[in-house]
Amino acid sequence: MEIALPEGYNSLELDKYEGNLINALKASATQPIPDPDDWLDEELKRNIMLTSVDALLNWGRLYSVWPVNFGLACCAFEMIALAVSRFDISRFGMELFRASPRQADLMIVAGTLTWKMAPQVVRIYEQMPEPKWVLAMGVCAISGGTFSESYAVVPGVNRILPVDVYVPGCPPRPEALIHGIQKIHNKIRKDSISRRHWRELARASHDR
Amino acid sequence: MTVELSAADIAAKLSQRFPGAVLESGGATVLVESHRLLEVARFLKETPGLDFDYVTSITAVDYCHYFEVIYHLISIQHNHTLVLKTRCHTRHNPTVPSVVALWQGAELQEREIYDLMGIAFSGHPNLKRILTWEGFPGHPLRRDYL
Repeated sequence: MEIALPEGYNSLELDKYEGNLINALKASATQPIPDPDDWLDEELKRNIMLTSVDALLNWGRLYSVWPVNFGLACCAFEMIALAVSRFDISRFGMELFRASPRQADLMIVAGTLTWKMAPQVVRIYEQMPEPKWVLAMGVCAISGGTFSESYAVVPGVNRILPVDVYVPGCPPRPEALIHGIQKIHNKIRKDSISRRHWRELARASHDR
Repeated sequence: MTVELSAADIAAKLSQRFPGAVLESGGATVLVESHRLLEVARFLKETPGLDFDYVTSITAVDYCHYFEVIYHLISIQHNHTLVLKTRCHTRHNPTVPSVVALWQGAELQEREIYDLMGIAFSGHPNLKRILTWEGFPGHPLRRDYL
């Protein structure tokens, strides 16, 4: 994926650099990244000594999932509705939509992702510190939706990011998004510090 | 209210000034030869009484046998409009003169047409792709794309 930026570049060279980046990303994203699922059989592997540490950490993470503040398309407005008083995600300790990915735990991919935008989304994701979760919101983020055959649209964000929860709808209502967020909460509850982080496993299997 | 100027009147004026440049006219539309587009456009912009000082939109249509580029002109001063059209008959590297020198707002729209339809605008100051990325194969709004 790394492509050298030419020294003393001009505007067209910068465009070519961007184009090469998108083409490389598109060529490397022919298959979806498998959804992280190794937490499913985690019960047996748990270390009893770590259980209370896990419980404390997970409790802390669970009630302070800060989403990164970005929206791609119309789904973003349902996400905004979720943030304000009628649906009010501050009930879950999530009202802090962070303007910096470095302070965020959850990426809500809200809307249609185009290939032109894809490198920036990957960059935002990579800037988020571990542990982090990804929620694909709406059919466009899940599979490209009605644009899945388009030359310009990524057919599902799981081509470029490992997705934890999919929330279908066009757009999903805020209640559906709350449901998806509760699924993420359930996932966090089952997390443990005793193992390598599952996301590395997902990445490794994807790169292979 | 905005007045649509009679294309026949404009075409008569244009034919007098530029013989042979006008190919067709009807309704509010004047079709001109592509290689004379720039001088016709300058005339429309700079003639007192016409003063088309603003281009609201530029678009292009692929009719398979030819491309048509359409300019929606408006005079803010007189509040009247005109539709100017031109055609290019080659599919390989079609070219139309750029009107950026006359109307600055044409720059991004001509880039969009270049990107999606593959029509080059000669004299454009910065003609490169705008919606798709550099290295994108083909021009997606052409009928024969896919």
